[in-house]
Order: sequence, then C-alpha cells, then structure tokens
Amino acid sequence: MTAMPLADAPQQSYLSHDHSLRSWLLTTDHKRIGILYLCAIALFFLVGSLAAALMRIELLTPEPSLVSADTYNKLFTMHGVIMVWFFLIPSIPNVLGNFLVPLMLGARDLAFPRLNLLSLYLFIGGGAFTLWALLRGGVDTGWTFYTPYSTTYANSHVILMVTGIFISGLSSILTGLNFIVTIQRMRAPGMGWFRMPLFIWAQLSTAIILVLATPVLALALLLIAVERLVGVGIFDPALGGDPLLFQHMFWFYSHPAVYIMILPGMGVVSEIIPCFARRPIFGYRFVAYATIAIATLGFLVWGHHMFVSSQSALAGLLFSLLSFLVAIPSAIKVFNWTLTLHKGQISFETPMLYALGFIGMFTAGGLTGLFLASIAVDVHVTDTYFVVAHFHYIMVGGMIMAFLGGLHFWWPKITGRMYPEWLGRIAAATIFLGFNLTFFPQFILGYLGMPRRYHVYPPEFQTLNVMSSLGATVLGLGYLLPLCYLLGSLCWGRRASANPFGASGLEWRTPSPPPPHNFSEPPSIADATGSNPSGDAPDP
Amino acid sequence: MMGFPVELMPPSASTSAVRVDRIFEALSLMWLVLCVALAALILFFAIRYRRGSRAERLNPLINSRLLEAAWIAGPLLVFMALFLWSAAVYTFEQQAPANAMEIYVVGKQWMWKVQHPQGRGEINELHVPLGRPVKLWMTSEDVIHSFYVPAFRLKMDVLPGRYTTQWFQATQTGRYHLFCAEYCGTDHAGMGGFVEVMPPAEYEAWLRDGAGSAVTLAASGRVLYAKTGCGSCHGERGEGGPRGPALLELLGRAVRLQSGAAVVADENYLRESIIDPQAKVVEGYPPLMPSFRGQLREEELMRLIGYLKTLRNPAASPSQPGGLP
Repeated sequence: MTAMPLADAPQQSYLSHDHSLRSWLLTTDHKRIGILYLCAIALFFLVGSLAAALMRIELLTPEPSLVSADTYNKLFTMHGVIMVWFFLIPSIPNVLGNFLVPLMLGARDLAFPRLNLLSLYLFIGGGAFTLWALLRGGVDTGWTFYTPYSTTYANSHVILMVTGIFISGLSSILTGLNFIVTIQRMRAPGMGWFRMPLFIWAQLSTAIILVLATPVLALALLLIAVERLVGVGIFDPALGGDPLLFQHMFWFYSHPAVYIMILPGMGVVSEIIPCFARRPIFGYRFVAYATIAIATLGFLVWGHHMFVSSQSALAGLLFSLLSFLVAIPSAIKVFNWTLTLHKGQISFETPMLYALGFIGMFTAGGLTGLFLASIAVDVHVTDTYFVVAHFHYIMVGGMIMAFLGGLHFWWPKITGRMYPEWLGRIAAATIFLGFNLTFFPQFILGYLGMPRRYHVYPPEFQTLNVMSSLGATVLGLGYLLPLCYLLGSLCWGRRASANPFGASGLEWRTPSPPPPHNFSEPPSIADATGSNPSGDAPDP
Repeated sequence: MMGFPVELMPPSASTSAVRVDRIFEALSLMWLVLCVALAALILFFAIRYRRGSRAERLNPLINSRLLEAAWIAGPLLVFMALFLWSAAVYTFEQQAPANAMEIYVVGKQWMWKVQHPQGRGEINELHVPLGRPVKLWMTSEDVIHSFYVPAFRLKMDVLPGRYTTQWFQATQTGRYHLFCAEYCGTDHAGMGGFVEVMPPAEYEAWLRDGAGSAVTLAASGRVLYAKTGCGSCHGERGEGGPRGPALLELLGRAVRLQSGAAVVADENYLRESIIDPQAKVVEGYPPLMPSFRGQLREEELMRLIGYLKTLRNPAASPSQPGGLP
C-alpha cells in the first residue's frame, strides 16, 4: 500500500491522509480495515490454494505418488478450514462489505468503528492459531471435525485449530452485529428499506445468519475441546455420548454458512448487472424478499447433510422437502438477473463478465443441489465427488467469481486506479474455462462412485481425475493474472474518475479513492440508489 | 459407451440402482434443458441488447408480479413431483422385505469384517447371492464409517455404539467396488474391497467351504452365552430366572420397563442392554446386571445377539440353534 503517490490528488483521500504504519494498524476507518482484510484473506487464499494444488497433483495417479496418506488427509483439512473460515466467509462481507456498507448508506463509518478493528484482530488472531496448528504438523479430521474421530482418534493438533476457528467465529459475530446496527441506524435520510441497494440487503441477511448461527458452531467446537481434553462423554459413544449430536450442531451452523458464503455474492451480482445493462434490476422487491427467504429457509435444511447418518427416515424426508423449497428463492434471483438484461444497453467490461459467469455457474451448480435434495439420489452420491463438484460450483464458480467481479467493479473506488481492461477480460475467461474443466468431471466421478477424501482410487477413475487436475492448472493461472495486474495497477494504473462505470449507487458520488470521512457533504438520495436506481419501484 | 474414453454411468446391479438411475436421468435432462435455455436467453439478450445496438427498447419491464408468480409456481410443481418420486424410492430402500437374509458387518479402522450367519466370515469382501434380498446389520468398533456400494446406489453410515441397517437385492452377477464413504482416518481410502454377486447355488457352495464355516453364528453365540455366564441369571437356554427376565422369542416383542415405559426389543435394544444394562431395566427385575462394555467386542456382541434371535419357546416350536430362519 506504500506505492501510491497521490500527491496531485485534489483532496486528501483515505489512503493518502496519513502514511504511517501506525495509522494503518490502528485504523478505525472501515475502508482501511477492508483493505487489511483483503491482504489477510489473499494470504489465506494462497495457502488454501497451495493445499488444493498439492492434492490435484497427488490425484493425477491412482496410486500414492506425491504425499503419504496422512499428509493428504492434512492437506484436505487445511484446504477446507482455510478456504471456508478464512477466505470464503470473510471474503465479500469483510472486504467489500466493510468498504462499501457505509459508503452505500451515505454514512461516515460503521456504527462501531473500534469494534470493527477488534473484529479484524480477532480474525487475524484466529488465523494465526490456525496457521500455527498447520506449522506444528496440521490436523487430519477434515474441516467437518466429525466425532468421535476428532475427539478420540485423531492424533493431530485439533484443539489448536478448533481454537483458531472459535476465535475467528467471535470476529464473525462482531462484524455481523456491526453491520446489522449500521444498516438499521445509519442509512442516509430518505433511504427506506426498499430503497437500499441489493448489496445491502445481502449484507444484512448475511449478518443476521452470522449472528444467529456462529454461536452454535462455537459451542460444538468447544464441546469437542472439552471431550478431547477432559474426556467428558458428549459425542463418543464409548464415553456415553452421541456422535450424531455433533453432526446436528455442526450442520445447523454449516448449512446456513453456505448462505453466508453465497448471499453476499448474489448481492454483488445484483449491483453489477444493472450497472452494465444500464437499467434498473427487474423485480427489485422480489430479489430483496428472496434474499430474506434464503436466509430463513437456510436454517431449516441442515439435515440434508445427514441422509445416510442414521437419522430417522421421517426426518430425512422432511429435510428433503425443505431442501427443494430453498431452491425457489434462488431460482427467482436467476430469473430476475436474466430479465434485467432485457432491453438494456449491455456492455461487457470485466465485472460484467464475472457477473454473467456467476449466473451460469450458480445455476449449473445450484441445479445439482436438486440432485442432492432428492433423497434417493443423495444416498448414492453423498460423500462422493458429486458433492465436491456441487459445492465448488457454488463456492468457486459462484462466490469467487462474484468476489472477483466485485473486486474489479469497486477497484477504481477502493484504489483510485484502473486496471488493464483487456487483461481483466482474459483472466475472467481463463477462470471460467479452468473452473469448468476442473469441476465438471467431478460430477461424473461422483456418480461413478468415487468417494471424497481418497488419495488413492481405482484406476478406471484416472482419466477424469487427470482432466480435473489439468483444469486446476488453468484455473490457478487464471487466479495469478488478477493478482499481478491488480497489484501492478497500484503503480501504473490510469487514475479513476469518481464514477468510471456510470453506476448509480451513493458510493460513486464521492471521489475515488474516497476522502477519510467518505462524503464532503451528506449525500441525498432523492433520485437514485445502487441497484434500485428507480427508487421505490412501482410495486405496491 | 464404446469409443468414449470414460464410462459415464457406474454398473447397475441392484433393484435400487435402476430406480435411482431413472430419477438421476430425469434430473440430468432437466439440468441440461434449463442450463441450455438460460445460456441461450443470456446470449440472445447479450447480442440483441448490446450497447449501441438498434434493437427497440421502449417500455422495458421493471416488475411483473404475474411473471414472478408463474416462475415460483412452475418450479414448485416440478420440485414437488421430484420430491415425491425420490421419497417413494427412498421409502422402498428403507423397507427390507421380511424374508431378507441377514449378514453382519463390523467396520473398524481400516477394514470391513463380514460374518455370514451360516458361519463363514470374510474381510473386505462381501459375497451375496443373486436375486435374494439381503439385509446388513452394521456397526463400528471405533469411528464412523460408511458402507457404500456404488453399483447398488446404496450407502449407509456405520456408527459405533449402535446398529444401522441397509438392504439390497442384487440383479447382476459380478464383482463391484465396496468403499468406505465416511472419512475415518489415515487409511480411509484403503478401507474397501469388493462385493461379489454370485448365482445362489454357487453362493451356497461358497458358504460351505470356507474357514469357520463349520460353526454357525448362532452356535458360536451360544458358546459365548455360556462362557460369559449369561445363563446364571437368564437361564441355561434363555428361559429366565428370578434375577433375569426370559429371553425366549424376545426380538420384536414389547418389553415393559421399570420406568413404566415400553420399548420394542430390537437389535439395538439388545445391544444396549448388554453394554449398558441400567439404561432400560425390565419391570419386576432388580438392576443387578453388570455392564459388558469393553469385555465383548462388536463381533462377539453380534454372535450373542444372533444366538438370542434363535431362542424359541420350546413348547411352541423346537429351537433351531443351527441357523437363522
């Protein structure tokens, strides 16, 4: 962040007003905190990707080749833990959300700026514990920590890693609270609920899930530590516990966590598409309601992770039914994004390519969720590569596409610099192709019956695994491109105007990069706000 | 699939497999149609309404409750149909026919031990006859495993501390992969083997000529019953005594407990009563029984329960310690 000579900027920006290290590390400015989060999660993403790369190399051959069984088990655990808790969950909320929520609302900062700084350091502290656990030899339980394996049988640094996740959970809760209060209390005068940008709706729903679900995860992890340390029988039947209790608690958090990971992405896409289609989003209220519906129904479907766990057949059927229902609001969103293109003036800058890619991948991946909701099919494909492919379509094809789309969309606002557009488009196309080549073969592998978390496999699965590994190479190269040109743009990028894409949210009404206190005068929202440029749509 | 470099569908070898495949094919068709339709629509809009094109753009639609309602109702109907269909197949998978032959499976890090009631045992293999329903009684010595046969499209978790079941009826002879599908530690990927489906006559012959095939599961259970001293309270042949209730024809019967509640005695109840006897004490008997936790391995518990299943009331029908009905 040091290479940013902005001496000729007409006004002091949040980046240039103070260059000292202290002013960064102890900042309470939501924009700077967003950037610190960006640096942290970029680091975690590299670590998680490295684990994935080693796994994909190992899976090139059916026999063990590169790593031992134990190492492989630690690699997928590390990949899962890092990517879920230290990249996906904080990605859009903590980076883009931190930066944009106050700007989009026309506020000077979040409601509790110092709490926001505490969230950051809790997150970094949790990450440090987790990395420490990795350096000391790692954990081999899988990111799901299933009992009694994790409590009684695993000989690895479970407690250390669980502590790291527990602490980062505190960070999630505090960020969630901060966002809820900010969105509730600090909207610019005149910005009613249904004038909020859809990105804000997504952040609000995500924050509510974070606050309601994370404590359950914290409790489950705490109980693991108690059973492991003191031997109190909670989950291990040999001690009088019940292993299914853990699965219920874990998925009661972790299924809503899937929506923590995808709702913010939907929010980003709901901002990008109207901007580049030059027209208001189709059915604003339906998209907003669908966001709330997903957040609510998301709490009622955790049992679909447990169809073969020995939960009762009746519970299985009920969870199957509810899982079909949760697909409806997602279908509404896809429909509305697509119809927003109708009669637009569409242009295809990098953020729009990511957003369109998101619609495709989210739809392709989301529809495979119906295969998993169909309980009889799930019995066959659960715990196989079909599930792996399914959630990577949502998480990588969906969330990372949306994150990159959002990062490119707001990059000029965040840094005051433009990136090379043609490189951006090449990267977006590379990522799209690499992603599909990596993960589509895994659907076939899964239906053929290849279980997940296998470092050796029957030889007939090799062709598809090699395809997947080749795709991962392309995908990896695709990810390196933005890393290089975005960093390069900090030095050589063209200076960005206040509103380079002609977007309509409040965040574009202030210079790029914004001044420390966001707006020189309180913005008025008489005419326009973000994804709802028409103001209150003519809907009773 | 000749000529194509990879198989797209696994072998289909059970009555469940055909049913599951039909749902899968319907879902795949729906997936394909919707993805192609969406891609076509986006492509069409992207070209027709690209910035600067001369397409007509009067009165763009901003909102349509009718369209949205149709788009909610349509998918909802399709989804409910899919739900009912797969629920029906699942229900079929959950209900083992009464005449299913029973085989016992113990999972442990990192192998599958299989015990046929006729006496033969095997490791990491399961031999079953073609065309006969087979019900597996499964439990684990340590962590959670999952017994998965892709060719049957069936999978069920195998838990420590309780029995789970699954049943299937094989429709094709052959050798099919058996996998552990629930991550269970270091050698999880090596915890597998094969299911061999054989013509019934060959299966009978196979049962007869293996090690241990001289002694049936129930007979070895009876030896254990005597050795462990069960008879000192429950009677030499399970007829009961002043300190322990009778065990004759217990399975499936309702048992009244001291607490006043009633439970149906199934395999899980029998297992619990041996491991944790104080959990459910039968009405009218003192809570004297010691726990056998840690003293009997899961395989021994299965033998013991296999024996208890054969205990008949001598007045009603002759007992058949030789084998399960």
